Amino acid sequence: MSSTVISHDAAHHGSHDHHHETFLTKYIFSQDHKMIAKQFLITGIIMAVFAMLLSILFRIQLAWPDKDFPILEVFLGKWAEGGRIKPEFFLSLVTIHGTMMVFFVLTAGLSGTFSNLLIPYQIGARDMASPFMNMLSYWFFFIACVIMLASFFVESGPASAGWTIYPPLSAVPTSISGSGLGMTLWLISMTLFIASQVMGGVNYISTILNMRTKGMDLWRMPLTIWSFFLTAIVGLLSFPVLVSAVVLLIFDRSFGTSFYLSDLVVQGQILPNEGGSPILFQHLFWFLGHPEVYIVVMPALGLTSEVISTNSRKPIFGYHAMVYSLVGITVLSFIVWGHHMFVTGMNPFLGGVFMITTLIIAVPSAVKAFNYIATLWRGNIRFTPAMLFAIGMVSFFVSGGVTGIFLGNAALDINLHDTYFVVAHFHLVMGSASIFGMLCGVYHWYPKMFGRMMNAKLGYLHFWLTFLGAYLVFFPMHFMGIDGVPRRYYAFTEFPFMEKWISVNILVTWAAIVAGLGQVAFLVNFFGSIWGGKKATQNPWKSNTLEWTTPVEHIHGNWPGEIPAVHRWPYDYSKPGHDDDFISQVVPYSQTMSSNSYHDFEGDEEAIAIQREWNKENNRSVEE
Amino acid sequence: MENEELEVAELLRTRKAKKFSLWLGLIGMFMMFAALSSGFIVYTASGVDKGIKTILPHAFIYSTAVIILSSVTMHLAFQAAKRGQFVKQKSLLLFTILLGLIFLVLQLNAWGILTERGIYFINNNASQSFIYIFTGLHLAHIIAGIIVLFRCYIGAAKPIAHDYNVFRMDLGAIFWHFLDLLWIYIYVFLLLNQ
Repeated sequence: MSSTVISHDAAHHGSHDHHHETFLTKYIFSQDHKMIAKQFLITGIIMAVFAMLLSILFRIQLAWPDKDFPILEVFLGKWAEGGRIKPEFFLSLVTIHGTMMVFFVLTAGLSGTFSNLLIPYQIGARDMASPFMNMLSYWFFFIACVIMLASFFVESGPASAGWTIYPPLSAVPTSISGSGLGMTLWLISMTLFIASQVMGGVNYISTILNMRTKGMDLWRMPLTIWSFFLTAIVGLLSFPVLVSAVVLLIFDRSFGTSFYLSDLVVQGQILPNEGGSPILFQHLFWFLGHPEVYIVVMPALGLTSEVISTNSRKPIFGYHAMVYSLVGITVLSFIVWGHHMFVTGMNPFLGGVFMITTLIIAVPSAVKAFNYIATLWRGNIRFTPAMLFAIGMVSFFVSGGVTGIFLGNAALDINLHDTYFVVAHFHLVMGSASIFGMLCGVYHWYPKMFGRMMNAKLGYLHFWLTFLGAYLVFFPMHFMGIDGVPRRYYAFTEFPFMEKWISVNILVTWAAIVAGLGQVAFLVNFFGSIWGGKKATQNPWKSNTLEWTTPVEHIHGNWPGEIPAVHRWPYDYSKPGHDDDFISQVVPYSQTMSSNSYHDFEGDEEAIAIQREWNKENNRSVEE
Repeated sequence: MENEELEVAELLRTRKAKKFSLWLGLIGMFMMFAALSSGFIVYTASGVDKGIKTILPHAFIYSTAVIILSSVTMHLAFQAAKRGQFVKQKSLLLFTILLGLIFLVLQLNAWGILTERGIYFINNNASQSFIYIFTGLHLAHIIAGIIVLFRCYIGAAKPIAHDYNVFRMDLGAIFWHFLDLLWIYIYVFLLLNQ
């Protein structure tokens, strides 16, 4: 059909050489995947710093509920009259902290950055399938960020119904100040964000399936690519569901429909809405919301797989098992959402079903955790900052994952629901783990992004402050949760039985402040190294994947000549018989006769015969 | 020469990827309506006073006929584009756009009939509000579809390179047929629940 006749004009138009780049097309409205990745990353970092500052603010309130901090009033005005954060603002702080961290930092900042950077690089493509849509994806994300930030400047304050925006609180504008204009802006911002993610995700999937270089079959793809691929699938199937939920919510809020609302009396007024069900929203929300946590953690798992293998100088343990466990997590992520709703009056039988599916997720997760450890086992480990963050990621994934078994249990969840135990669980398993995966990626691929190295000493300082800080912040919360301290409470000291936790809260807040200051080391390192870092070599980590075969200087189209073909999987580290401890994916087996094993040839009789002949001639004995 | 061949191969690959992206996008759109369908089912099952509780207006049958016909004309326009018959392609496209607009008017007319019966969007029986949500969101996609068809028309009117024109028509046709099928799904779903 259309492919039979291609005009010269069209071919030229679609080619990859752009001659006249202006500042605007190079840095602002860039369609180059490398620049878009940097845009995502820097925007993500700015949002992360902002969201972290919000958390420090509410931590101050939690540690010293009866103290005044006049300086807060200077910055926050009426939201901290007399130097004490107002309850309404406290709720806004936790809401926006959650929203920004989950969506803007750990979804867009993580997936957006590394999918854009690594997909074309590691599969051997000139760029994304649709560079224009890729650019749109970033700009939708950027506008979403701006709108969310703008909500701090409206009189009634930002949204404050929690990042899960459950109705009726979020659906009745008069219920609390944060459900007014701030909530509307939240909804607009999130709608743009979803559009951004869907456009990005479609591009990632399409690029991975259609644009791989010669020889790059699916089982030769690095685990990073597998994780981005499956993450994008999860996003594509779940984000549109949130659109539906949000559309109904908007109509309930602004037009008077009753999808979620029923029998309400607000500020002494009986609302006309009847017959709606807030539980319906929870179902729709968590159908996205639960897959969302895997959207957050899977790219981090992919990045750490790559970094751990490279820096252990060993093949990743159980490559196929790693892929299948990602696939398992992907599938299971869609059938567990009910575990967020055990206490909504759900039929216990249904709760049991959700409990079983939830607990099954422990299987692929454990496969991954054990494979990481087995990869490290007797490796020739190089403790680069990226490697430390990767190991830290595994640590958080394990210690946060274990409490998932508690929470996934319907009977236990009745006690633990909405307590600090939940806060501790998800901050470790998806918050800290994903942030560490992201930071590990930043340290590892920084030379590819900016052509310079980051400072390792500052990296170590950053790692230890963050690692210890995160554990000191989140670990004590388990005990508070078991004691029944509820999350999202502004002043729990009003209840005598919780007063004893004040001292722990002070420790947590100090740990948060120190860990927060630790990020200064990162920011100085990150932004300073863009101009002042040591110049990077082409392959600084001696890694096998394709991105390290591109020149240090970024060029449009990634490779100056033809795109290299791929001959082997990406994890040939320390292969016995080879003189170097790594073999790039572009090296054919004919050049590595001394290290080839028979199963490398996947049953190709001719190649095996040639190898056997060579082995005989060179007195090399290899197990058949 | 070799370079040019490479460029052509790369262009074809990019086009294949773009077409694939469109299919993925359709999956995303379908998920949105699937979510609404499950929301409708869960909501409607929550009480005997819920449910559509009316016979769907006849206008929906007419609009179904119109949109099926528009799919046929779109297919013919695509065939014409492949054969390079610009005039035929353009007139068939215009006809498709016209049918799309008629569909839009018929849907609005159906809303009018529903409100005359006292079935409003703002309704304490949200099953009835769902009718407006389904048809309204579908109409939003129809408007997007009409814009896509216009873009195809402009391409044919200019005219752009033959292969590019065919590629554009191919994508436009897939999207338009999808909207047709989506409507049939929505209509059948609502019929089964009326």
